[in-house]
Amino acid sequence: MVPFAGWEMPVQYEGVIQEHRAVRGDAGVFDVSHMGELEVEGPTARELLQTTLSNDVDRLQPGQAQYSLITNDAGGIVDDVIVYRLDEHRYFVVVNASNRETDFAWFKERELRGSDVRDVSDQYALLAVQGPRALERLDLAKGTPFTFELAEFDGVEVMINRTGYTGEEGVELACMEEDAVRVWDAILARGVTPCGLGARDTLRLEVCYPLHGNDIGPDRDAVSSGLTWACALDTEFTGVARLRELKERGPDQKLVPFVMSEKAIPRQHMRISVSEQPGGGEVTSGSHSPMLDVGIGMGYVPAESAKSGTELVIDVRGRSKRAEVVKKPIYHKEQ
Amino acid sequence: MASSESYPDDLLYHPEHDWARIEGDEAVLGVTWYAQDALGELVHYEPPDVGATIGKNSSYGEVESVKAVSDLVSPLSGEVLEVNQKVVDAPETVNEDPYGDGWLIRIRLANPDEQTQLLDLEAYRKVLEEA
Repeated sequence: MVPFAGWEMPVQYEGVIQEHRAVRGDAGVFDVSHMGELEVEGPTARELLQTTLSNDVDRLQPGQAQYSLITNDAGGIVDDVIVYRLDEHRYFVVVNASNRETDFAWFKERELRGSDVRDVSDQYALLAVQGPRALERLDLAKGTPFTFELAEFDGVEVMINRTGYTGEEGVELACMEEDAVRVWDAILARGVTPCGLGARDTLRLEVCYPLHGNDIGPDRDAVSSGLTWACALDTEFTGVARLRELKERGPDQKLVPFVMSEKAIPRQHMRISVSEQPGGGEVTSGSHSPMLDVGIGMGYVPAESAKSGTELVIDVRGRSKRAEVVKKPIYHKEQ
Repeated sequence: MASSESYPDDLLYHPEHDWARIEGDEAVLGVTWYAQDALGELVHYEPPDVGATIGKNSSYGEVESVKAVSDLVSPLSGEVLEVNQKVVDAPETVNEDPYGDGWLIRIRLANPDEQTQLLDLEAYRKVLEEA
């Protein structure tokens, strides 16, 4: 167990690699109740979210969800979130655990007359069930990604979200905190493998989902981070002017996925050099890929070196190890 | 795949959870069951070069699991004669068989007297009890 954002979290139950493979080959469950939940309600809730979040909230119908960014004036990423539209004037925003207080304060400061923001994190538990057999094991029909429904699961009222952080099919089940143990036990009873933070990290890295605090953050703008797709630049939100400008002229650096060409495991903060120029880039996430059995990572490099096929040199504790920029995702299901 | 806990009584131990098997004026080195269990499944072994000189109590290489990097501490001084290529190619061999196929290097002892400073099984078990 390790402390994480005020929670005691398991890094692994049986082993990172076997948990990782369970999710790629069958189904795994992650207790992600540490994630924060904010509720935004009122006739101006939509307007508050539209001006603070990068994506276009107007595209959301009740029952739909959307990946979005809370951006600052410089276009930096205060947090990455998923917004759920519960009904006409009520939204649910799932935020990163370590940013829960920052995000809540951010919305509170910008609250409009006619919108109310509440931190309801302590009321909810969130269990992510992911993998090619996740739906089958839960007796759920296939659903449209980024939609949700309220339903009963083994006798408990849950919100079934068609979202995840592994690149696999699956759901994230939100339930009341007091029902969490019952839902967790019911999921395990269906033969789903319990998985810890370690596998969550290697799974998301193989499919190049950014981790806030590693790959993205307030000091990295959304264009450099490759998240322009989550920015509706035709809407008005904090930092949009800067992001339009960056998109127009191109960022100085870009976040790229890479695979080691030599035996070595890249780790966060290692220096990346390109074309024998020392420095110039930095690893933001790195690990061993259990599916590809090589070192993989993501990091920022000068924009001109961001093309796939570009050779990088990673400084692994004083040893120079070669890597190659690849296209997203690093791991493809077909392989 | 994972081995069950064991500590052979024909080895000498270092409190940093490394073992040495003395064979004349040579020694084979590895890490103990406790070390591999604490690290989790190994995914990388960074060995020293053959011919390199290594010193007692200093790092001669690294092993890595998904989440952690650990220095390999040499229990004895000497010259590296051989690196276990099987572990370079399949680091999980250490988890499967830490005292057999999962050995790490073979050295020629620079100072055979050093072995008297290492722990026997009974003394190493005391270290484990306090760990």
